[in-house]
Amino acid sequence: MSHDHHHQNDHDHDHDHADEHLAQEDNDLTLTIGEAKFIALRAMLIEKGIITGEEVRKRLEFNDGATPHQGARMVARAWVDPEYKMRMLADGKKAAIELGIDVVEAEIMVIENTINIHNLVVCTLCSCYPRSLLGEPPAWYVSKAYRSRAVREPRAVMQEFGLTFPKDVEVRVHDSNADLRYLILPMRPSGTDQLSENELANLVSRDCLVGMALPRTNSLP
Amino acid sequence: MQTRNHRIYCAGEVVRIRDIGKAGHVRTPQYVRNKMGLIDSYVGLFENPEERAYGRIGGEPIPLYRVRLKQNHLWPDYVGSDCDTLVLEIYDHWLESVTTLEESQ
Repeated sequence: MSHDHHHQNDHDHDHDHADEHLAQEDNDLTLTIGEAKFIALRAMLIEKGIITGEEVRKRLEFNDGATPHQGARMVARAWVDPEYKMRMLADGKKAAIELGIDVVEAEIMVIENTINIHNLVVCTLCSCYPRSLLGEPPAWYVSKAYRSRAVREPRAVMQEFGLTFPKDVEVRVHDSNADLRYLILPMRPSGTDQLSENELANLVSRDCLVGMALPRTNSLP
Repeated sequence: MQTRNHRIYCAGEVVRIRDIGKAGHVRTPQYVRNKMGLIDSYVGLFENPEERAYGRIGGEPIPLYRVRLKQNHLWPDYVGSDCDTLVLEIYDHWLESVTTLEESQ
């Protein structure tokens, strides 16, 4: 770190380190009704011996351990292995398990993007999301704005995310309103013939797997 | 107790999503009620979440379908493309058949 600039002082120096320790303030003085209910319910379930604190912790750990890379691995495998792709489209959950991914959801439905149809996922009623495959959903996915607008004006929403399609491409929105959880299988970008399965997986971001982005190709030669 | 037979709708069949006015943890959003669509696919049998949500576990599984609707039917002022669609999951008891006459109107 340079200290030679005459404005640089100890105060600034402290700031450089303080940034690493920025504490998020607990906002526990104003519990929402939902938060209060959740805390009370969890305490009662543990007190009655129906669940244990360890089980709650394990589930949180499981949830936090899932990342979009798991979904990306499935996509990359489907791109290089047509038979895997068929199995994945027939039963997404089995296809995930085949790659060693733990799936707690009842069913995973994989929807394939084509040159004629682009698919987008939303859950209007709550925030259903294939957490086992993608981890926790992004903030925009659970926002009321997205949940209401994605079904009403999907093209306008996608445009705000930098994604546009000509009118002869069908935009198909999937409302994840009941028992299925959805994973989008994007189209393999052209010019990726030389890439390994691992490299292919790295092209697939979280948002691709929801239908809000296309695989990254800007790093390709 | 009378139970409806399973798999009564076929893929491609035109259906109307009913508004059965049921309160609570129902999975049929307001915006598709009384709208017509077609059966995209049969998903399988699932325990009714409208019961499970209240601790009534172990009921008879009911058929679940994916229903596809045209966006410009769903939203008369839809801004997008006429080919745009929406698919969602609807349980059997929220669906009814639509006659060819109604369909053509």
